[in-house]
Amino acid sequence: MKRIGLLSFIIIITSFVFIVRLFFLQILSNEYNQNPFNNSAVKVTYDYPERGYIYDRNGILMVANQLSYDIMIIPREVKPLDTLEFCNLLKITKEDFLKKFERAKRYSTRIPSTFVAQVSKSDFAALQEKLYKFKGFYIQKRSLREYPIKSAPNVLGYISEVNEGMIAKNPYYQLGELIGTAGIEKTYEETLRGKKGIKFIQRDRFNKEIGSYKNGAYDTLPIPGHDITLTIDSKLQQYGEALMANKRGGIVAIEPSTGEILALISMPTYDPNLMVGRERSANFTKLYLDSVSRPLLDRGLQAQYPPGSPFKIISALTALQEGVITTTSTTTCHHGYRYGSGAGSIMRCHCGTGYPIDLNIAIYRSCNSYFANAYRKVIEKYKKPYDGMNVWNKHVESFGLGNYLNNDLSVGQKGNVPDGDYYNRVYPNGRWRSTATISNAIGQGEVLTTPIQLANMTATVANRGFYYTPHIAKHIDGVPLDKKFTIPNYTTIDKKHFEPVIEGLFAVVENPSGTAHWSRVPGIEICGKTGTAENPHGQDHSIFIAFAPKDNPKIAIAVFVENGYWGSRWAGPIATLMIEKYLTGKTDRPLVEERMFTGSIQDEYDKQLLKK
Amino acid sequence: MRSKKMNIFHGIDWVLVLLYLILIFIGWLNIYSTTFIEDDTALINLSTEYGKQLIWIGLSFPLIIFILLIDAKLYEKYASIIYVVSLFFLAGLFILGKNINGATSWYDFGGFSLQPSEFAKAATALAIAKLVSDKLFNLKKFNTQLQAFVILFLPAVLITLQPDPGSALVYTAFIFVLYREGLPVYYITVGFIAAFLFVITLYFGFLYTWLGSLLVFALILMYFIFYRKKAFKNGWIKIVGIYLVAALFIFSVDLVFNHVFEQRHRDRFNIVLGKTADTKNIGYNTNQAITTIASGGFTGKGFLDGERTQGDFVPENQTDYIFTIVGEEWGFLGSTIVIVIFTFFFLRIIQIAERQKSKFARVYGHSIAAIFFMHFTINIGMVIGLLPTIGIPLPFFSYGGSALWGFTVLLFIFIRLDANRSYEW
Repeated sequence: MKRIGLLSFIIIITSFVFIVRLFFLQILSNEYNQNPFNNSAVKVTYDYPERGYIYDRNGILMVANQLSYDIMIIPREVKPLDTLEFCNLLKITKEDFLKKFERAKRYSTRIPSTFVAQVSKSDFAALQEKLYKFKGFYIQKRSLREYPIKSAPNVLGYISEVNEGMIAKNPYYQLGELIGTAGIEKTYEETLRGKKGIKFIQRDRFNKEIGSYKNGAYDTLPIPGHDITLTIDSKLQQYGEALMANKRGGIVAIEPSTGEILALISMPTYDPNLMVGRERSANFTKLYLDSVSRPLLDRGLQAQYPPGSPFKIISALTALQEGVITTTSTTTCHHGYRYGSGAGSIMRCHCGTGYPIDLNIAIYRSCNSYFANAYRKVIEKYKKPYDGMNVWNKHVESFGLGNYLNNDLSVGQKGNVPDGDYYNRVYPNGRWRSTATISNAIGQGEVLTTPIQLANMTATVANRGFYYTPHIAKHIDGVPLDKKFTIPNYTTIDKKHFEPVIEGLFAVVENPSGTAHWSRVPGIEICGKTGTAENPHGQDHSIFIAFAPKDNPKIAIAVFVENGYWGSRWAGPIATLMIEKYLTGKTDRPLVEERMFTGSIQDEYDKQLLKK
Repeated sequence: MRSKKMNIFHGIDWVLVLLYLILIFIGWLNIYSTTFIEDDTALINLSTEYGKQLIWIGLSFPLIIFILLIDAKLYEKYASIIYVVSLFFLAGLFILGKNINGATSWYDFGGFSLQPSEFAKAATALAIAKLVSDKLFNLKKFNTQLQAFVILFLPAVLITLQPDPGSALVYTAFIFVLYREGLPVYYITVGFIAAFLFVITLYFGFLYTWLGSLLVFALILMYFIFYRKKAFKNGWIKIVGIYLVAALFIFSVDLVFNHVFEQRHRDRFNIVLGKTADTKNIGYNTNQAITTIASGGFTGKGFLDGERTQGDFVPENQTDYIFTIVGEEWGFLGSTIVIVIFTFFFLRIIQIAERQKSKFARVYGHSIAAIFFMHFTINIGMVIGLLPTIGIPLPFFSYGGSALWGFTVLLFIFIRLDANRSYEW
């Protein structure tokens, strides 16, 4: 009987094995699910929407698209041709032609590849008429960025082909696609880009397309990119760039009542059109490798400078808030502030008063001794300097200093505002006193800020105690602005303490003995503060912060000019000229303006280079 | 009695006929799915493959009537003659045959061609049935075993020489039949061990397999020495002899595989054993077939909606790879149903064979069950990647007149024999 059952037994076992195998293949294996992307019988093609335009706050077009023409080649379709004529049309040499032809053939004989990229419009016109003679070549239209206003490259950024790292992070992109890699193009990439449409096409085994996959059930239409209106005033931006000619540094101008960035200047600058077209990679390499003037560093956002004297505003406000000084309490300055018994324990001062001065005078004369004294009182109000430092730190950071602003700009730096732990790290035995940190009082020492942080601090003062996070996008059609840009951030300083300080800042410009009296603009009530920041790289930096008008301020600005000697030499005039230009639309100081346009600090920069 | 005999449908097993019709119908649907022309409005277009297959199916009905008209006894009587004629047809291929795809397996009759190997299976089954049913025949004797093997070897060798080794492989199915009729068990045991050693040798290589077998041999030897001293004393020559044969076999597998096989054969084995992951050249078919089946999911993509079938991704998907269409368009559910129908079909044949009074009919029934099953196993096993690529048709499914008629003849001779079971022989 055993013999009879064997075949039946094997039949049942075999069928069972087959069913189990099918179960594994068809049910358990996810690899081959119904996703058309995983289906080698389906070709995926993309429909790219036009990238959104970028306008300035007054509707002036800053970034547009231009058509570009690539000459494509399918090597196996190329017939013998008049090489000389073809090369002349494309403006390439015969060697070039042969090299490119070999390269295309090596890549693939049947898949099209780019023969010459981004032919200019005029060449295209000539070529278009004659191209019928050259079999195997055709023209592929592409969309490129175009910058009608040749300024603000650091703000606008640029687009480039995605690399594999980006693809790994964001599966939206395919190799060869474009992505915003800097500036606005990066932060608002998804808004500007829109969404590409996808078409699935059914193929047979010869890769011949035999129609749309499932009648287009999975296909999507492209969603066009949104246009963006920036907060930038392109006229002001260009004017600022012109004033900063031949100088290095950063300027940030903010509208205090909204936090909108009116100008964001980084010098030296370059024409954003360099980042487009056939010469793009050569241009980029040149800019990237310029390690001396570093044009790709956005000095408005990334350069961290000691803030210098403008920081005295914070010292005054914290001292008032902590109640260690009043507006009438005085200090007498004898060419400096002695904070220890040693010969070197003195902070020099150039205020030149010598008589007891109050807060107002201390501000417009920028007296180091007064603020060192006030700062020391804040720290020493607490039993341990550690606690004092932390209280001070909390006040300072409430101005948006010492941390990222967390805004819609693609780059940024934290700057530095030290706290108790910071000094515990510097002095590991914990034995440090307020005097060890005394330089912070006047914006030297361990304090570091970026121009945008300082501009934001100025706007905070102009607002009498709060700020809106500075941002660059004013309006995106169809998309509401991020809520974090419309909520005010309050400082830890009471509103009442701001008025006396602002009076002091007003006096800096208005009082004949004020440090920036020379930069006064008749008819505009400017509140400002000069700064001269010592730095390890060479000549002092020239710094100026200002806002105007005094009441209901329209603009707050911070100007850093690297190695510009002192505040009122470069930064002061530049800041006030910009304020004048912005508020009145013109300037009345042709001599000052001319000096800024033509003035150069190149010899100082060369000196640094020699030292290195 | 006479009048009953005149009714050719009398005594027919309708279950088998029904299963046959179901399989033919499902098979044709799948051929339609892969070969229909999208814009063709004609329901039946005879120039297409599904149209031609419909003609083959249509013509198989007169063939069935013809088979049923012949007296059952004549099949037994003329079995030897049919067998010899079929051998002649196979041999004649070497002179008159037409070469298609590298194999001279066809007679060309101007427009349509016939493949004699499809009919030789029926002839061989008849011959074996005739031989085994002989009253003097005893499978325990080596002489009679030899006779049976010669009957099997002749067509198998002729078919291998065409060359069509896949179709020749089907003749190994007869070992089940002979075993059923009394062939000693060691033929099957040796067969399985040989197959096992073959796969193991290919997978692990000659050296490791040989070392492994040496270890097993040493263990067996120790067992005998310590526990079965007496048996060992009497039979040690046998034990050592068996081992030497096994070692020789392992060695020869290695030799044959690496030096006699051609690269394409080696590739086929290596792909199934997972030793080469080739998805472009030789592995393309298997890879595409598996992907296509897997893409069907649980319920499949629906009739005519399998994009990989419609895109003709799997080569030969109307013939050898037709099961991929079932997998893709009907999914796990459909595939399982097809496998279950086939299983019922095989088991039904065996069941009917066992109820035969005539030994001839019983042996014949077992023979065709084994042949159908062998086709089923090799074909589907290959398509779902469990067996090496061996091109043989799936019964009643694969496109082709010869195959369809061959299987029909095979089945309906048995139905005719079975219908006659109540009469005296």
